[in-house]
Amino acid sequence: MYAVQASPIDVSTVRDAVSRPGAGAVLVFEGVARDNFDGRPVLGLDYEAYAEMAVPQMEAIAAELAARWPGARVAMVHRTGALEIGEASVVIAVSAPHRVEAYEASRFAIDALKARVPVWKKERYADGAAWKANAESPTTGPEAP
Amino acid sequence: MKIRVRHFAVLREQRGCQLEEVEVAPGTTAAALYDLLFPPGLEGQLPVLFAVNQTYVGRAAVLVEGDEVAFIPPLGGG
Repeated sequence: MYAVQASPIDVSTVRDAVSRPGAGAVLVFEGVARDNFDGRPVLGLDYEAYAEMAVPQMEAIAAELAARWPGARVAMVHRTGALEIGEASVVIAVSAPHRVEAYEASRFAIDALKARVPVWKKERYADGAAWKANAESPTTGPEAP
Repeated sequence: MKIRVRHFAVLREQRGCQLEEVEVAPGTTAAALYDLLFPPGLEGQLPVLFAVNQTYVGRAAVLVEGDEVAFIPPLGGG
């Protein structure tokens, strides 16, 4: 399951997409709208995505993950539109034969999503709003293949 | 030749639209189209990644008729 959606993310649906009998570990990561940025109050977040590209990027991350951690599987769903504080902006579920691979693969998935999947975030404040970039986001393009 | 350009986030706001069709000369690169639509000003351009037909490409990628191009500003997902 790889998706970008405007409606609230149902965590159990994402989790169920990866659970299976051979998986002894299932890990669910939720990225949640936080009420401040370095102490500055944040009232809410607006997410925007290039959905037609974001989903293939998620699928590519999933393929890399499966190659690197045999037996591991991942599902990821990113939210778009206006989010209230406390709502999940992203849900990533990973299943693996054992917990060690599950933790490693989960970390890989969220880090790769932040670096590659075309999604943008605007923070809303009492006196305005600003687009905020991830530290993981590359600033220059890869050279042409 | 005609190129479809999708705009997102801060670039969508700067350009004032989500989608536009641009006529460019054959041989135009992704980076040249970016310079055309977002000319380097006094404060400089935003660093972007380039996508053609929903795939990341290098700045020197040569566009062809009917391509869908997007300039990817710094990402904020997660």
